[in-house]
Amino acid sequence: MAGNGTRPRVGVVKLTSCDGCQLAILDLEDELLAIAERFELADFPEATSNRWSGPFDVLFVEGSVSAPEQVERLHELRARTTTLVVIGACATAGGIQALRNWGDVTDWGRSVYPDPSLLPVLDRVTPVSEHVKVDAELRGCPVSTDQLREFLGALLAGRRPFLPDEAVCLECKRRGFPCVLVSGATTCLGPVTRAGCGAICPAFGRGCYGCFGPREQPNVSALVAQFERIGLSADEAGRRFAGFTNGAEPFRAAIPIEGAARPAAAASEGGDARN
Amino acid sequence: MHATDERTYHVDELTRVEGEGSLHLRVRDGEVVEARLRIFEAPRFFERIVVGRTPDEVIDIVARICGICPIAYQLTAVHAFEHLFGVDVDPQVRSLRRLLYCGEWIESHALHVYLLHAPDFLGLPSAIELAQLDRAIVERGLRLKKIGNEILTIVGGRPIHPVSLRVGGLYRAPRPSELAGLRRELDEARELALETVRMVAAFDAPAFAARRLLVSLRHPDEYPMNEGRIVSSDGLDLPAHDWEDAFREEQVEGTSALHARTHGGEAYLLGPTARIALAGDLLHPLAREALAASGQADELATNVFRSILARAVELVHATAEAAELIDAYRRPAQPAVAWQPVAGSATWATEAPRGLLFHRYDVDEAGIVRKARIVPPTSQNQAAIEADLARFAPTVLDLPHEEATRRFAQLIRSYDPCISCAAHFLDLRIEEAPQ
Repeated sequence: MAGNGTRPRVGVVKLTSCDGCQLAILDLEDELLAIAERFELADFPEATSNRWSGPFDVLFVEGSVSAPEQVERLHELRARTTTLVVIGACATAGGIQALRNWGDVTDWGRSVYPDPSLLPVLDRVTPVSEHVKVDAELRGCPVSTDQLREFLGALLAGRRPFLPDEAVCLECKRRGFPCVLVSGATTCLGPVTRAGCGAICPAFGRGCYGCFGPREQPNVSALVAQFERIGLSADEAGRRFAGFTNGAEPFRAAIPIEGAARPAAAASEGGDARN
Repeated sequence: MHATDERTYHVDELTRVEGEGSLHLRVRDGEVVEARLRIFEAPRFFERIVVGRTPDEVIDIVARICGICPIAYQLTAVHAFEHLFGVDVDPQVRSLRRLLYCGEWIESHALHVYLLHAPDFLGLPSAIELAQLDRAIVERGLRLKKIGNEILTIVGGRPIHPVSLRVGGLYRAPRPSELAGLRRELDEARELALETVRMVAAFDAPAFAARRLLVSLRHPDEYPMNEGRIVSSDGLDLPAHDWEDAFREEQVEGTSALHARTHGGEAYLLGPTARIALAGDLLHPLAREALAASGQADELATNVFRSILARAVELVHATAEAAELIDAYRRPAQPAVAWQPVAGSATWATEAPRGLLFHRYDVDEAGIVRKARIVPPTSQNQAAIEADLARFAPTVLDLPHEEATRRFAQLIRSYDPCISCAAHFLDLRIEEAPQ
């Protein structure tokens, strides 16, 4: 991996998002200046007025695909990038805004904007991977700075990053927190959610809300049944999954939405014809 | 007949701002005919996303409007619901919430002053080049930012999208011993903030004076953060939940962005400059002294290029207040009190780092949100930003095109616009500027 000289040439770009995941890069306060020495931060509009349109050795992409021009832009960027890394729940699963996939975008627009027909938005909010090949992903809403640090270090060392796929439960047990689901009868998505945050919600005595998305082969239906056992209706139990990673299967399949058709499976309308 | 001299100044994607926006300025025969700060973030429909949700779900959701100021959105919502439901929180919970706001102000202002804004005054593209010139300056900014983030981590769980706030209080209140290390760091942070004031007071700023209508909250005995009455430089004074009585949002021809204005149609300015003008007497004494010692207090009120000084002064305030809050802290017996929903309209305003933020949630008898309105500071500032652009432009038309364009971008950065916040409700008709 080499940029112009010997430093990898890095870009940080955003699609539709809150800017929090690229801010997480700037939140690496102790390492930021070292990162700027080891990597060439060639394009990072939030942090520098220097601009670079590619090629990139590594490109970090934040945000969901929500507007037509973002699809074009993604394809152009992909063509100029060696390693494309998606960061955060919006880029990896569509983010909270993917909830609008359950409704009619025009109705949603009308609820916020005077004239929704003018909104240049796609019918569906999608993750980056529905449009272009993704080489790596960092989960979370927002991504964890620990995982960013690990990922950047692994890039420099030329090794695989260590990004555990275990459940939040394991982090929670290691930190010695009492189980909020068992002892507190609180709805907690920890058993089906990927670790990475440090189990911060159980640390505050509340249930995990799944912002790192599903771990491999989660047993969502068993957890929904547990939520019903502690007194939630089926609807309330399913709605626990309508959060920041609602677009990720199998969380998506567990969400009941009254009076609206479930969105068609991935790559229906609004998908990208070039895929 | 003479040939028309028409010039355009255009920046496709503004840099060192939060979110995606463009700048477009058109000048014909020396007169500004168009001055636009365009927002091209795709909308996320937050006002719709929160419909059908419980108050506590809303508090987690609205954080995602902004990665830089999530606490502002969470606190405005939590106060709005508690006001409607008649919830009285423990005074120590109130202190912890104010401590969270101090943390967010420190993190946000340190980010803007050092990483986004300072390079403008030194003619540099970013803090990376600034670090090559003087590493200690950037290290100071990063250290301050880190201490702000540590407040958010200890009291909120993490700096971006904290998890501790709920209606009735907090999910967990820290033990005083957990704040002890932070308390020591805040002594250091206060010194770094004072050094920041001295640094930015020495910057050369372009000469520019514009009297603007300034608006902020004002509280009888605290510098405005989480509550107060809405006041303005022309004498407005009304309860924070009555924002809609004084202001409106309107569609603007050509961009169709919703700009907030007074009912009389006037543009107004929010943020640190307005807060200092309208509530500077309530700043922490150290912050007041630092402002006076800068010798720029008067210029600050009219020259927006000096806004970096206002952020630095508020850094002193927030670091000093955070230390005092910790000194007076006792762990509450319960982190939260029980509450019952009440049907009605939950409204509130707080002071986000970038200025007054207004929320309204219409809820049913079960507390479920049926309708929402969120008015972020940047969308309220947009009309004032464009008016200032038009006023400032004639003073730099003799400069080379590139230099003038750079000054316009610098002017926009002086407002610390948060376009990600603003875009969730702004309309996005994009009209390509003639080049």
